[in-house]
Amino acid sequence: MIADTMPGRLRPLGLGRDSGTASSAPVWLVFGGVFAVAWLLVELNGGQFMTVDNLQNMAVRSVALGLVAVGQTIVLIGGSLDLSVAYLVSVTAVGASFVMQGDPDRMVLGVVVTLAIGALIGLVNGLVITGLRVNAFIATLGTSLVMSGVLNALFTNFTGSVPRQFQALGYNALGPVPVAVILLLAVVALAWYVLRHTRFGYHLYAVGGNAEVARLSGVRTDRTVVLAHVLCSLTAVLTGLFLVSRLRSGAPWVGPDGGYDLESIAAAVVGGTALAGGRGAVAGTLAGVLILAVIDQVFNEFEVNAFLKTLIRGVIIVGAVALYALRRRDEGSF
Amino acid sequence: MTTTAGPPGAQPPAVPEAQRTAAPQGEPAGGRVRRLLRAVPPIWLVLAAVIFLIAWRNPTFVEPAPFLAFLRRCAPLAVLAAGQVFVIIAGEFDLSVGALVTAVVVVAARLSDGDAAHTWWLIPLLLAAGALVGLVNGLVTTRLRVPSFIATLGMLLVLGGAVFLWSGGAPRGSLADNFRQFGRFGVELPGLGQLPYAVLILLAVGVALWLLLSHSRFGHQVYAAGGNPRAAALSGVDVRRVRTAAFVISGLSAVVAGILLGGFTGVTAEAGAGYEFQAIAAVVLGGAVLGGGRGSVGASVAGALTLQSVFTLLNLLGLAKSLRDAVQGLIIIGAAAYAAHRLRRSG
Repeated sequence: MIADTMPGRLRPLGLGRDSGTASSAPVWLVFGGVFAVAWLLVELNGGQFMTVDNLQNMAVRSVALGLVAVGQTIVLIGGSLDLSVAYLVSVTAVGASFVMQGDPDRMVLGVVVTLAIGALIGLVNGLVITGLRVNAFIATLGTSLVMSGVLNALFTNFTGSVPRQFQALGYNALGPVPVAVILLLAVVALAWYVLRHTRFGYHLYAVGGNAEVARLSGVRTDRTVVLAHVLCSLTAVLTGLFLVSRLRSGAPWVGPDGGYDLESIAAAVVGGTALAGGRGAVAGTLAGVLILAVIDQVFNEFEVNAFLKTLIRGVIIVGAVALYALRRRDEGSF
Repeated sequence: MTTTAGPPGAQPPAVPEAQRTAAPQGEPAGGRVRRLLRAVPPIWLVLAAVIFLIAWRNPTFVEPAPFLAFLRRCAPLAVLAAGQVFVIIAGEFDLSVGALVTAVVVVAARLSDGDAAHTWWLIPLLLAAGALVGLVNGLVTTRLRVPSFIATLGMLLVLGGAVFLWSGGAPRGSLADNFRQFGRFGVELPGLGQLPYAVLILLAVGVALWLLLSHSRFGHQVYAAGGNPRAAALSGVDVRRVRTAAFVISGLSAVVAGILLGGFTGVTAEAGAGYEFQAIAAVVLGGAVLGGGRGSVGASVAGALTLQSVFTLLNLLGLAKSLRDAVQGLIIIGAAAYAAHRLRRSG
């Protein structure tokens, strides 16, 4: 049974070969191409693309999705996935503004409380997947429903607020670089280091590539998956904190409305991370997020209808993944 | 799982091998009852228990008319689940069914605009469109080798975008009464009240899909393709074609569910919202395992009925609507954990 040896995930036929350390360079090339085309299109249209405003706009828009997509990449590499991040973003946004109540002295408390909630949710996700052997899709869908139910029962609208000082996270900049972008880059760098230069990182690729082989070679697979889920949930908390600093107050719908669950998976996969596990990199995910942001910016510039945007987004996501699958087949890894 | 475990032989035995050998000789009557109970997929027992609880709180629930109304409410989700289970058994996902349900409702309203004369070509057209959506899902998954999670997520976005782009952002038009009758009305039965068409359709779809999955060569191939694709391919099953066919079945069932739902609730932009996850949850409640190889049409329908009856029960107990989500979450985790536990115990 596939389900026995590969707990917590699906393993599409023929996927899952390990070449986890494959470079993200192709994705960055695609990003460069998309960026150049976008620039050209906007300039030809008589607009201005390379303005500080525009670039800042794109960067800030990438932050919310980028933070959680980094975490999603980590669980995907481990052969799992997390559908609960969207509601965790909501829980964080509402929780932070509820705890802080506009009081600067309670900022640290708000951050600590939401990080603790996030770690707890990640722990629950990880334990349900590894301990009860529930498929990650079902497990995180379940915790997501539980969070949505409790959150909607307790809060129905914008609740509390964050102090002005906290909004620095969302609005201030160091020179031309927004603070939030620095946060995103720091998280990406940290995740890159953890994945490529720590034992946990190596184990994670091994577990995602082939859990049974990893287990037989002495990797504590369950512990690795649980830790990956905790890290993923923490990045969702960061997204929630960033969003509430932009919005000043949290509401139960900010996470699901942003579609962070499916979008973060899409961004990671566009960035070259394999849904089947064992292959992926946060640098690729960052490129994936930026590709989506640049395309969004062009849509805005041309005032493309919101529904057409959704449609094209769907085609791009599927197209990108189809291209990767094609490339791998050409390399003869099937 | 017992009778639903696949891939089945020519005739699935009433009691699986492992438990038959485990049962001691000359057991007391209690053991025989337990064995009989084990032969029934556990979801039916859960369903019976929930319905018993509802009837205990509200005795009129099990009278014919309210019960048939309850079944009518269940029909769209049950039909969706009966289609989705093919995809799940074949080892894939279909996340696009919710968007497809919405698309059916919105497209039908715009094309017919309340004109009863349009209904008779509209339904075949919608079914063909649903089959096409399934075909595209299947081909993208099997030929382009895009994981079905991403392929059907893309389809979800494309369908959602395209339909509202075409209809200008909000649903327009209305559904003709003879289109809505399937989800709304029924046959008058003397003494029983109205037998809803939706229940008859659910019955017909359920039996047809059950025959297809459990009593046809194609059905065996679906189990084989999901249980062990390599072995299936080596024994001559065209795995890619079987999986594609599973997606087509799921697409068709989503169209039927959309027609029923449109009749029942009318035209809204959120008609199918969340149905993709509910359908998967119902299938998992029925004992199917994500990853493929296990599941059945009957148990999936029972899973859908259970999900709806739990909602009814929570309603009856006066729980806030939002808390229903929380309970639903706990239930599907519990069901999946139980299925995993049984799977490990049975080896």
